[in-house]
Amino acid sequence: MHSGAVRRPAIIGRVSDANIAAGVPIAQNTSGGRPGGTGGATGLNLSYKTQKTVLLVGFLLVPLLLLTTFSLYPAAFLFYLSLTDWEGIGWEMGFVGLDNYREIFTRPDIFGVFRNNAYYFVGGIIQIAIALYLAVILNNRLLKGRYVFRMLIFLPYVLHSVATVIMFRNFYHTEYGALNLLLEAVGLDALKRAWLGDPVLVDFSLAFISMWKYTGLNMVIFLGALQSIPNDLYEAATIDGANGWQKFRFITLPGIYGVVELMLILTLTGALEVFDIPYIMMLGANDTETFVLKTVQMAFQYRKAGLASAMAVVLLCIVILVIWLQRRLLYRGEKREWTV
Amino acid sequence: MDRLEPAWSKTLKYAILLLASFIVLFPIYSVLVGAFKTREEYYASGLALPESFLNFDNFARVYEVGRLGLGFRNILIILAVVITGNILLGTMVAYALGRFEFALRRPILNLYLFAQIVPLVTTQVATFSVVRELGLFNSIFAPMLLYTGADVLQIVIYLQFIKNIPKDLDESAMIEGASLFRIYRSIIFPLLAPATVTLVILKTISVYNDFYIPLLYMPGKDLKVVSTAIYAFVGPNAAQLNVISAGIVLIFLPTVALFLALQRYIFAGVVSGAVK
Repeated sequence: MHSGAVRRPAIIGRVSDANIAAGVPIAQNTSGGRPGGTGGATGLNLSYKTQKTVLLVGFLLVPLLLLTTFSLYPAAFLFYLSLTDWEGIGWEMGFVGLDNYREIFTRPDIFGVFRNNAYYFVGGIIQIAIALYLAVILNNRLLKGRYVFRMLIFLPYVLHSVATVIMFRNFYHTEYGALNLLLEAVGLDALKRAWLGDPVLVDFSLAFISMWKYTGLNMVIFLGALQSIPNDLYEAATIDGANGWQKFRFITLPGIYGVVELMLILTLTGALEVFDIPYIMMLGANDTETFVLKTVQMAFQYRKAGLASAMAVVLLCIVILVIWLQRRLLYRGEKREWTV
Repeated sequence: MDRLEPAWSKTLKYAILLLASFIVLFPIYSVLVGAFKTREEYYASGLALPESFLNFDNFARVYEVGRLGLGFRNILIILAVVITGNILLGTMVAYALGRFEFALRRPILNLYLFAQIVPLVTTQVATFSVVRELGLFNSIFAPMLLYTGADVLQIVIYLQFIKNIPKDLDESAMIEGASLFRIYRSIIFPLLAPATVTLVILKTISVYNDFYIPLLYMPGKDLKVVSTAIYAFVGPNAAQLNVISAGIVLIFLPTVALFLALQRYIFAGVVSGAVK
């Protein structure tokens, strides 16, 4: 967790010490007043100090330019646009202050679509629970076929996501869809439904696609975490007479707590950003619009780019808040140089 | 672990695993058999196996009409450029930020940290105007640059990894007179290979799957990638479920083949990618 290693003030200083210690003669070209190594192998005779400058500029310029152009500047520009009535074409715009934000929070058809995002979040929580349960079952060396099960359950994650949604469109088809055909085949005709037509069911049907796709991924991540828990703990607990649930509660759960928390956050931010599934499945019809889908429609269909920018800012703030809260919780008191 | 586990408990576990496998496989089974059926057969035969697994008409049809060939070609070009760019820029940034102390180091790290939190989907309203001003709208360069420059996954992975490469290696190379670039090329870059494998896997999956960016930036007919091609095909052809099934199977194939071939790396890759 701690990257903590105290950084040396300058690599150059270290190297010259090392040179002396190793009895290596200090290089003759002392340009810049410092003993520098030679770039012998490439024929360059630059001091390490000059080399460092050249390398830092050369290695960082392009990536930073790209980052600024396509990520940082748009994020900043978004804040500005959110205060205007820009239509998305041309550059004419009037400053409207916080009007867009007022509109978002007062129009139920905008802020209210978060209700649809909630289905994906609840689905995600169920998915985490199922994934954890499956991982615990599979984390048993005596279980036959565990590698086959792991592979099968993970499979949906590697399947193309648009094709997967379209597959489920066929699957849910009221008349010819495999789901209703299966129910009929096993004599459960009474359970047949219009999975995408029914306004109550449709949100569950869509959220299920996400669960279907990501349960295996969560399971594999849990398995990785479970395997890092030392086996002796379980053996000691068995000797002490602990039952399965007690072992799970007092050994497994504390051991993977961080991963569970991380997964919850990923599920929450993922649920806030759902776009593909409702868009591909029904273009947001039947009241299935998610917040991002609504934002895209505002910007590119209704030509209300200013309002859409404000919506994007709202979402951005929520996501950043969630991640910030999680980091506060997860790394209590711990300071990491590069938190991810 | 539980050598004395009762039989009912074992049976229950297998039953649950079998049920989970069934839920995963059943939708896939339904498109797989549907893909080989003729139109009449599809609507009449339900869940039964197709009359012949040699009926490739649907595949030919969707490949032609759905322009999947074009989609595969475009996404391969994008993937090749994006992955090369990510590996080069990612290792360069990681070397610069991970190995040197300089005044702007902290601020630059913070910029990457911030960019990593910003969800790409939300900023597209503004990014869109930037892309258009640069004249990149409706060109294959838009997704290439966005996947390379705006997504910072590679920086995160490489920075984590470079910490585990001992600095002594750099130092002994310096004693031998190697230039800093030489150290990057001959020591750091090769030793970052495991992180590169993870990166290639995660990027391939995410770029191949992405729908949002090609949908926004490449509406042109000749700029379809796999995801936008199948989406465009399904729209007007919604009735022909058998042909659509064939398209889905075709699109599933490449990643399933990769998965079966590289299972070990993929499992390791997603675990380290998620828990980074």
